Amino acid sequence: MEKTVEKTLVIQRYNPEQDQRPSQQRYQVPFDNSTSVLDALLYIQQSLDPSLAFRWSCRMAICGSCSVMVNGIPKLGCKTFLREYSGDLLLEPLAHFATEKDLVSDMTLFLQHLQAVKPYLIRQEQSAATTPATKPQPHKQTPKQLAKYRKFSSCINCGLCYAACPQFGLNPEFLGPAALTLAQRYNLDNRDQGKAERMPQLNGKNGVWGCTFVGFCSDVCPKHLDPAAAVNQGKVASATDFVIGLFKP
Amino acid sequence: MQILHTDIAIIGGGGAGLRAAIAAAQTDPNCKISLLSKVYPMRSHTVAAEGGAAAVTLQQDSLQAHFDDTVAGSDWLADQDVVDYFVSHAYEELVQLEHWGCPWSRRDDGSVQVRRFGGMKTERTWFAADKTGFHILHTLFQTSLQFANINRLDEFFVLDLLVVDQQIAGVLAMQLSTGELYQIQAKSVILATGGAGRVFHYNTNGGIVTGDGMALAYRHGVALRDMEFVQYHPTGLPGSGILITEASRGEGGILLNKDGYRYLQNYGLGPETPLGKPENKYMELGPRDKLSQAFWHEQQKGRTGNYGEHAVVYLDLRHLGSSYLNERLPFICELAKSYVNVDPAKAPIPIRPAVHYTMGGILTDGQCQTSIGGLYAIGECASVGLHGANRLGSNSLTELLVFGKVAGVAAVAHAKQRQALPSSALNAQCQQHHQQLQARFGAKQADRVASLRKAMTLAMEQGCGIYRTTEGMQQCLNTLQQLKQRYQQLAVSDNSKIFNYELLQHYELGFGLDVAEAMCASALARQESRGAHQRLDQGMQSRNDTDYLQHSIAQLMPETAGAAGGSAKISYQPVRITKSTPAARLYGGAATKQEPV
Repeated sequence: MEKTVEKTLVIQRYNPEQDQRPSQQRYQVPFDNSTSVLDALLYIQQSLDPSLAFRWSCRMAICGSCSVMVNGIPKLGCKTFLREYSGDLLLEPLAHFATEKDLVSDMTLFLQHLQAVKPYLIRQEQSAATTPATKPQPHKQTPKQLAKYRKFSSCINCGLCYAACPQFGLNPEFLGPAALTLAQRYNLDNRDQGKAERMPQLNGKNGVWGCTFVGFCSDVCPKHLDPAAAVNQGKVASATDFVIGLFKP
Repeated sequence: MQILHTDIAIIGGGGAGLRAAIAAAQTDPNCKISLLSKVYPMRSHTVAAEGGAAAVTLQQDSLQAHFDDTVAGSDWLADQDVVDYFVSHAYEELVQLEHWGCPWSRRDDGSVQVRRFGGMKTERTWFAADKTGFHILHTLFQTSLQFANINRLDEFFVLDLLVVDQQIAGVLAMQLSTGELYQIQAKSVILATGGAGRVFHYNTNGGIVTGDGMALAYRHGVALRDMEFVQYHPTGLPGSGILITEASRGEGGILLNKDGYRYLQNYGLGPETPLGKPENKYMELGPRDKLSQAFWHEQQKGRTGNYGEHAVVYLDLRHLGSSYLNERLPFICELAKSYVNVDPAKAPIPIRPAVHYTMGGILTDGQCQTSIGGLYAIGECASVGLHGANRLGSNSLTELLVFGKVAGVAAVAHAKQRQALPSSALNAQCQQHHQQLQARFGAKQADRVASLRKAMTLAMEQGCGIYRTTEGMQQCLNTLQQLKQRYQQLAVSDNSKIFNYELLQHYELGFGLDVAEAMCASALARQESRGAHQRLDQGMQSRNDTDYLQHSIAQLMPETAGAAGGSAKISYQPVRITKSTPAARLYGGAATKQEPV
């Protein structure tokens, strides 16, 4: 496949060591049917400008590193192809996050939000794994029980849903789609007993009720795991939790 | 330069590093653990493993059978005491992950489902659809978040190990977001940096898999073992090398040449098994080395097809039907659609072998200890002695867990009894390295990191591919040595501090060149064919147990050691054989005939 056709990529550049504000730089990139946005960025870094900064690794849409805005829409660079765009492409760092350099966003808040929902299996009784007398065995979990949360366990932490979420844009303390989905993933797991520990976060002012159900997070999710549905299931759980709370002594 | 003090520094936040961190945190809640990773841990390449993790599970299976498959798979170059330990601790580790929430695929009764895998006699591979590595990595990462004594240093890149009198004293690292150097003083250090597949041009690996940890240890005199054994995975997508899991064949996928013929039956893997009825160790469920070699022969005979400029064969999954494919292989369907525009339910996927895994690595004993006191190595960067000349698919994810735990526990014990080392020696080492770092910057030149890297990866592809010749390897070695010379002059033109990826890649290239040279020199020295190391030279086309039933040991000559300087010296070390004496390595019908009744 000859790469004779070229496309223009307009890339937001910003180096805080020397720039007052971001600027735009244009690059001409050869492409064919298989050229992804990530391929194009690598071409620029390798052949035109080694100073261009962006994250990447797996180039197969599973590591979640190469998130960028393409013409204003959050995308995974490795799963977005130049052939899909008729004109120039404008590449910018993820919206709603601070920019560290060029296309590199500061993901610190995102990680804090993930951690805040206690995203691990919580069991009240002593885990069977820690009693040495008998050989530890797996819990039972039927395919049906697995199916309840399986989709929500497929989040690759790419952060696209945060760049799509207007609430997170307004209030960075809002836990946001991925973290709320992760909480829901554990709450729906029949092996987990930690829902009560997660509910204060989910019920809190930065929890599920912050979501206004715009649904753009689900549109941009590259793994189609529908964070909007997870968040709104969380609302039901939160409401139920509230009602039960009223009747508890 | 910032100075940090910690008990244990773990380099690498993939499956092995995270498992070690959790083991250390559980062993001693007061132990200070620093987990350094050049990317956020969930970006680590464990994430891309698809097929599964092996452990003896079914009634009809046995530890002995898993042992035998692994040892035969290794072409008798695995250390058998290590294999023994591995197979007997595999199951408890997979159960441990289950207790941490890993979403393993299940049978209708709620028990864990196992699938077939290449070179394994019985179904024993646990899986989470076809994203097993992803789920293992995220389960470990999320679990690690509950331990307050694990201090993550995300996007920290290790430039050097700090070693005093053959004792580890810590690491020198650069925080990528600031360019700031950190002297991290540690009583124990665990290397868990992954493989080096990116020294080859076509590979299934992420961009971060550049052999850093191997080179870090190698430059301090630690041996790299069995480096000539590089696994070509038989099914990568043409061009990109994106991995199409072996589980595709475990579930019943078949391999066809351009004439639609199941060519594997011509290469000691037949007779042909009926469509939709895969049999363990037959045909498509042979081991990876044999399958990749069969591709090479088909290519020589002109029986491969073309995909763009790439020779390919075809992975046919159509008979599995779209609903089964969506349940068992959803990620494969997504990848095939995105990257080669094929719906596997409707058309075969074009595939070809691509470099996947480095069997060799940093020499350790069975407890993951290297020759430097307090320095451990685990996972793909290590050679604990499990894989020998060829790794069986689904043994490596389990390896991360079994030996990650061993190293985490050992590192805690070592840290407790270790005396403080003089910090003056550390300061001197760090200052010296800082000067070397400064010397890397310079004006823009004709040579660039990217052009040298491409020359390296193409040389490795040509010289150290599926089949090797003396002439080809010698040429590759010459090229690598020239590239190392050019590397000495190669300047970094971007002198910014924040996220300077040109500088990062400059270091990675230096690491890669050292590792590539160790691979090529080890390959040239081994004058036989075994496992993934196959030679076309006269008299070297078969296994030679008389002379080469031994591990190769590559050492960087100390007088010239430094940033991609020096050259590899090769020696040999006996293989530990406890109960399985080397025999012919047979698959398909040939193996069945030979088995005692």
